[in-house]
Amino acid sequence: MAVRVQAEDFDPGRELALLAAADNGAGAVASFLGLVRGDDIQAMTLQHYPGMTERQLQAIEDQARSRWPLIDVIIIHRFGRLLPGETIVFVGVASRHRAAAFAACEFLMDWLKTRAPFWKLEETADGPHWVEAKGDDDDRAERWD
Amino acid sequence: MKLLYFAWLQSRVGLTGEEVSPPASVATVGDLLDWLKTRSDRHAAAFADADRLRAAVNQEFAGLDHPLRADDEVAFFPPVTGG
Repeated sequence: MAVRVQAEDFDPGRELALLAAADNGAGAVASFLGLVRGDDIQAMTLQHYPGMTERQLQAIEDQARSRWPLIDVIIIHRFGRLLPGETIVFVGVASRHRAAAFAACEFLMDWLKTRAPFWKLEETADGPHWVEAKGDDDDRAERWD
Repeated sequence: MKLLYFAWLQSRVGLTGEEVSPPASVATVGDLLDWLKTRSDRHAAAFADADRLRAAVNQEFAGLDHPLRADDEVAFFPPVTGG
């Protein structure tokens, strides 16, 4: 399955290898890996809306496939309490040529940021606080309208 | 009607969700928001700033004018921050 929402860690190298499987006709693989920053964050807890999350991620993948000729798409998003350096999200796409792979990868992340129902609770030295949505993320997502 | 709350809305209302039976006059998401404010002081405070909240009906994003049915699943939450 191309969309996975899970608490467990994953191996980005294994996912890239799946996308680069020799027999699928791909000539290009592009990917994005999001991590918990370690500068001032002690931990980050990701809450999500089970059911809607999977539906929205699948809809985002479907939208990407309708815009670019993609051979394969993998979207993995974790939830639960994560420590600095841990993986949060992986988006990878395979296509025949690089332009579609680069564009679709960026599109998937921009739409995911504004449409997938996840919320981040950061733990810092000042205590826990919910991360506020950034207008910059909305601007990036709207570029694709 | 099944309601779900996420992120800071959970702690402000003091609930992760609740089962409600709003009156027939509650026809839209916006009506539901207004009605929820009357349920308790905590609800009133949590839902006071509707501009900071988003809604989903049956797991699809929905605006304030989205119509509601008695068996809908309605979620309220702040703008998403995943990725």
